[in-house]
Amino acid sequence: MPNEAPSLSLPPSAVSSPKTREVPSLRTQRLGRNLLIAGAALYLLIVLVAPLAGLGIELFKMGLIEPLRSLTEPNALAALRMSLVLTALSVVINAVVGTILALAIVRHRFPLRSIVNALADLPLAVSPVMVGLSFLLLFGREGWFIGALDYFDIKVVFAFGGLLLGTLFVALPYTVREVVYVLEELGTSEEEAAATLGAAPAQIFFRVTLPNIRYALGYGVLMTMARSLGEFGAVLVLGGSISGQTQTATTFIHDAIDERAVGSAYGMAVLLALFSIGLLLALEWAKKSGKVKR
Amino acid sequence: MRIRVENLTKRFGSFAAVDGVSFEVDDGSLVALLGPSGSGKSTLLRILAGLESADSGSVWFDDEAATDLHARVRGVGFVFQHYALFRHLTVAQNIGFGLSVRGVDKAVIARKVKELLSLTGLTGLDERYPTQLSGGQRQRVALARALAPEPKLLLLDEPFGAVDAKVREELRQWLRRLHDEVGVTSIFVTHDQEEAFAVADRVLVFHRGKVEQNGTPMDILDRPETEFVARFVGEVNVFPAKLQGDIATTGALSARISGNVPVGPAHLVVRAYDLKLWREDPGIATVQRIVTFGDRVRVQAEVDGAGPIVAFFPRRSSLLRGIEPGCRAQIEVTTARAYPAAGSSLFPAAIPG
Repeated sequence: MPNEAPSLSLPPSAVSSPKTREVPSLRTQRLGRNLLIAGAALYLLIVLVAPLAGLGIELFKMGLIEPLRSLTEPNALAALRMSLVLTALSVVINAVVGTILALAIVRHRFPLRSIVNALADLPLAVSPVMVGLSFLLLFGREGWFIGALDYFDIKVVFAFGGLLLGTLFVALPYTVREVVYVLEELGTSEEEAAATLGAAPAQIFFRVTLPNIRYALGYGVLMTMARSLGEFGAVLVLGGSISGQTQTATTFIHDAIDERAVGSAYGMAVLLALFSIGLLLALEWAKKSGKVKR
Repeated sequence: MRIRVENLTKRFGSFAAVDGVSFEVDDGSLVALLGPSGSGKSTLLRILAGLESADSGSVWFDDEAATDLHARVRGVGFVFQHYALFRHLTVAQNIGFGLSVRGVDKAVIARKVKELLSLTGLTGLDERYPTQLSGGQRQRVALARALAPEPKLLLLDEPFGAVDAKVREELRQWLRRLHDEVGVTSIFVTHDQEEAFAVADRVLVFHRGKVEQNGTPMDILDRPETEFVARFVGEVNVFPAKLQGDIATTGALSARISGNVPVGPAHLVVRAYDLKLWREDPGIATVQRIVTFGDRVRVQAEVDGAGPIVAFFPRRSSLLRGIEPGCRAQIEVTTARAYPAAGSSLFPAAIPG
């Protein structure tokens, strides 16, 4: 019935345009957006790109020969080797422990589960120097466990064990976080399907779970690598940066700057930067492959 | 394989998902567990598969105790609602998985996979990954994968829930044919009554963790034992009614009850297609709304002294002649049942739309 139709439409006042508040034109909005993006880009330039570029320019001025030759000194080589060994161990141990922890956190309901979950993030929140100090309290000359350590003739502080402990600690969260996230998203139905098809627990893990988390695990490993290689505070406090013994690549740079051996510092820094760029590219690749396959 | 379930109970906290369920399934039959969501049917299926453990009660496979058997050794094929295909494996690798983990020879696996691919109409798709398949194809891969180790029992959880209506209809018919061909004892869970009736030999209607009725599709449709079953299956009209002998009366409407006649206060239940309605003045009702759904017409009327009633007719039914909103109509109930009103509300909570 036509005479009823008007009651269905809104009264004119309800749809009036907001004249009282000035709405910016599309052009102004676009300008504002571009300004914001330009601001963020400038920030990135100052904080990220400039230091790296500075390093490159300094090195260029100095020439490549001297810094590279300084890296062949026995102490530099020892520091580099120490960093690589620590990183390799940290990657292997954290990948295995991290995967087990992630599986436990996601798949099992046990008392204190949420506390364990939170603890796995702790290394992200505390300063590595502080961590070094706490390990000193436990294993140092005056430490709680020094009796036991002396009995078994194990050295932690100012020794390889201390360096490894510090590195393991700071790099712990990366694998756990990545794997937990993917496991939660996966759910358990593929694993249940494998069980009903007759797969044993080990078969389920290696043939279903592991392939499904492989990109997350790869991403976690790369992050662990980057973090372990770059660790400074904890290894300085626990290792003491003894040249040729407990010096790592990062503490080597620190000491070189102290000793005004600018060439050595630059050489090592550039080497670490190259590692980082390689890792970054690998991370991007892992991110992309993970997305495609998921 | 013959299945026997005795007094099975499973609680999640204080909620009894499965509450003292007992039933038997004959060797080679195809059984549907039908019920609204949350009625415990999926939990029961997972207990049968060994994916969930029961709190009490027992499960018997061919008179052998299976209650405590691990899922791995039950020899039960399970088809998951969302397929749960191994996303990193090809179709052929998915289907062969159950044989491969048993260390079966590669050539034997390849032959079996080929056989199943042709049985499920997936020939040529063996090198595809699950993400490259349609919903219906994934469903069939999941079935082929479950069938590969030649299970003694096949369990399907809402097998057609995740595909669109047209594909669902095809898959139903295909599943029935497949079952008749392979002959494996099969149990599937569904909340869709049409699916249960179209596919199954027997239907178990679930409600609040209990079996309300266990019977053939015809039993469930024509002889519903409880009010829940009567209301769950198809669109029904329910009225509080007075009984006199086997005649139930509500307002101006009266009907002869078939089946058991309850004692005391009763609910009269009339299916929307078990009544006739035609234009007549004065009659006993006023027509209010007429909606056409393709081949059927739904007529809603207000019965004097009893409230709204819904009737379904074929589109071209002669009864519809002259029916229009506002007209008066006479109603004759052809088949009706009555259930005790005590203990059941007129509006039970768990009936999905």
